[in-house]
Amino acid sequence: MKIDLIWIDYSIIIVYFIFVLSIGWFLRKYMKNANAFLEAGRSIPAWVAGLAFISTNLGALEVMGMCGSGMKYGMLQTHFYWIGAIPAMIFLALFMMPFYYGSKARSVPEFLKLRFDEKTRALNAILFAVMTILASGISMYALAILMENVLGWDYNLSLWISALIVLAYTYLGGLSSAIYNEVLQFFIIVIGLLPLVFLSLADVGGWGGLKDGLAPIAEAAGYAPDTWTTTWKYTANITQNPMGVEWFGILFGLGFVLSFGYWCTNFLIVQRAFAAESKIAARKVPLIGAFPKMFIPFLIIVPGIIALVLFNDPSKNFVLPLDSSGKPVYDYTIIMLLKQYLPSGVLGLGITALLASFMSGMAGNVSAFNTVWTYDIYQSYIRKKTDNPDADDKHYLSVGRIATVVGVLLSIASAYIASKFGNIMDFLQTIFSMINAPLFAVIFLGMFWKRTTGHGAFTGLLLGFLVALLHHGFTAPEGATTLFKGGWLGHIHTYPVEMAQNFWTAIIAFSVSTLLTVVLSLVTKQKKSVAELTGLVYSLTPHEVDKDLPWHKRPAGLAIIVGVICVVLSIIFW
Amino acid sequence: MVDIRIPIGLMFSIFGVLITVFGLFTASDSIMYQRSLGINVNIIMGIIMLVFGLGLLLFVRKKKKK
Repeated sequence: MKIDLIWIDYSIIIVYFIFVLSIGWFLRKYMKNANAFLEAGRSIPAWVAGLAFISTNLGALEVMGMCGSGMKYGMLQTHFYWIGAIPAMIFLALFMMPFYYGSKARSVPEFLKLRFDEKTRALNAILFAVMTILASGISMYALAILMENVLGWDYNLSLWISALIVLAYTYLGGLSSAIYNEVLQFFIIVIGLLPLVFLSLADVGGWGGLKDGLAPIAEAAGYAPDTWTTTWKYTANITQNPMGVEWFGILFGLGFVLSFGYWCTNFLIVQRAFAAESKIAARKVPLIGAFPKMFIPFLIIVPGIIALVLFNDPSKNFVLPLDSSGKPVYDYTIIMLLKQYLPSGVLGLGITALLASFMSGMAGNVSAFNTVWTYDIYQSYIRKKTDNPDADDKHYLSVGRIATVVGVLLSIASAYIASKFGNIMDFLQTIFSMINAPLFAVIFLGMFWKRTTGHGAFTGLLLGFLVALLHHGFTAPEGATTLFKGGWLGHIHTYPVEMAQNFWTAIIAFSVSTLLTVVLSLVTKQKKSVAELTGLVYSLTPHEVDKDLPWHKRPAGLAIIVGVICVVLSIIFW
Repeated sequence: MVDIRIPIGLMFSIFGVLITVFGLFTASDSIMYQRSLGINVNIIMGIIMLVFGLGLLLFVRKKKKK
């Protein structure tokens, strides 16, 4: 199972390290105030922010997880891209970004404060800060353990070195450095994994050969022969596909609640658009990111599907480590594919692509954490209690820098916690979706219904989360062996698969949150005046006119192009 | 601020040179390239990266002249 790297591979990795660090070094002289450090001075061109937007999302867990899920579920996994990302990105760009960017809020929690009240911001800021740190710790753990098992790198050494490099370049150049590096990392991930796609596809005899190779495997598992190469065809009934979900769960659970919750409210993602140089640039950011996003499945999911054919063909000598119950550990799919096809040289490039994906994800977490900490927790609550509540800007620059260091150290600590309790990973990922779904309900109502009040939003946010937690506590997927998967309070309902449980947790959290926010908004008083709400609520804000731009440069025009490509892809792989 | 195309262009040019040269030196090593179905992917990817890197650098230069 081991991969041996030689000098040429290490040279590639070292050249990459030198470049990410020097980008931070060159940007350090621009970091004169907190605005430059934490918001990139709102000066990033649309295409740079757009690629960073997608690169932050392309973290190590995404690359490893999506490739492994490609093997497990086939092209069904593309639902996480075509239906589970593109519509939300279009919605964010066209309908939400004008209010986000126009509000001048420096973070999502700050937007909540402007639209609702302090307590709603505090709740979101604290949950977000804790979750972001845990998320970056988990991906650090996942990568370090992979590198230890496959490359033989020392766990502690690779964990500390990769974390310290991210710390160095985000400490020096702040959000600008994180964003510029994400663009560089985006190109490395794409180019580094490209030879894998072509070689693996050629090996199984192209798309047609892949279909033929998958047919007996799918039939042996009790599914139709083309299940692994189709997306919607076998979603009429949960028993027809390996994901165990039907079209309604995909459309509403994934395509609406989970995806809008993630793409439209997760500050880590939205922050890239906040850093854009103008409002029109900010509105284009998610759409520019949508172009590469639509094609990423071919880069990471398709090789995963090919891995299933290799795994079932003894002559290919493709191995995956097995867990205690004898099932393959899917997270290793991508790195074992690199080993299978790439000779020294491009192999180093492929490993660099994995390191780059880890760093882009982690830098995203760190740069979002330091902003929320500095503005939404420190400036809003801690500084207020001191003798000099309005400290000068230099002060917040240092606070931002210290938060960066502390954020990385806390991430390292949580990586060690994750390595003690491996199962905690799945559980935490479930919790992230419990926070996002109610948050989307509240922000959506806040932007499109001027009656929405602070009390309503706060209650919706808190109880939506608690109900999701209760739902997880009382239900479990079939055959769950650990309480991390659910059922830690009792058993009321059993879902056929974990995915279905996740979708329904999110749907219930969203519905409860929407209902509570609406009811409480109707019975409580609106404390915000019309003047305060102007620019934050759809009906009180003058609409964007882009008449002076040619149609293909307008956000709406771009959205149509993105939408058409996405529909065409879905039909081709129906 | 810095134009990000410059570091990206530089890095891929360096990657391109490193990998192409390595590919040329190992071209006769058929055992090494058995994995990649007998294709010398180092030369191919090396040239692609070199073209991409130099292309970005040229683009930035042209834009500056204007």
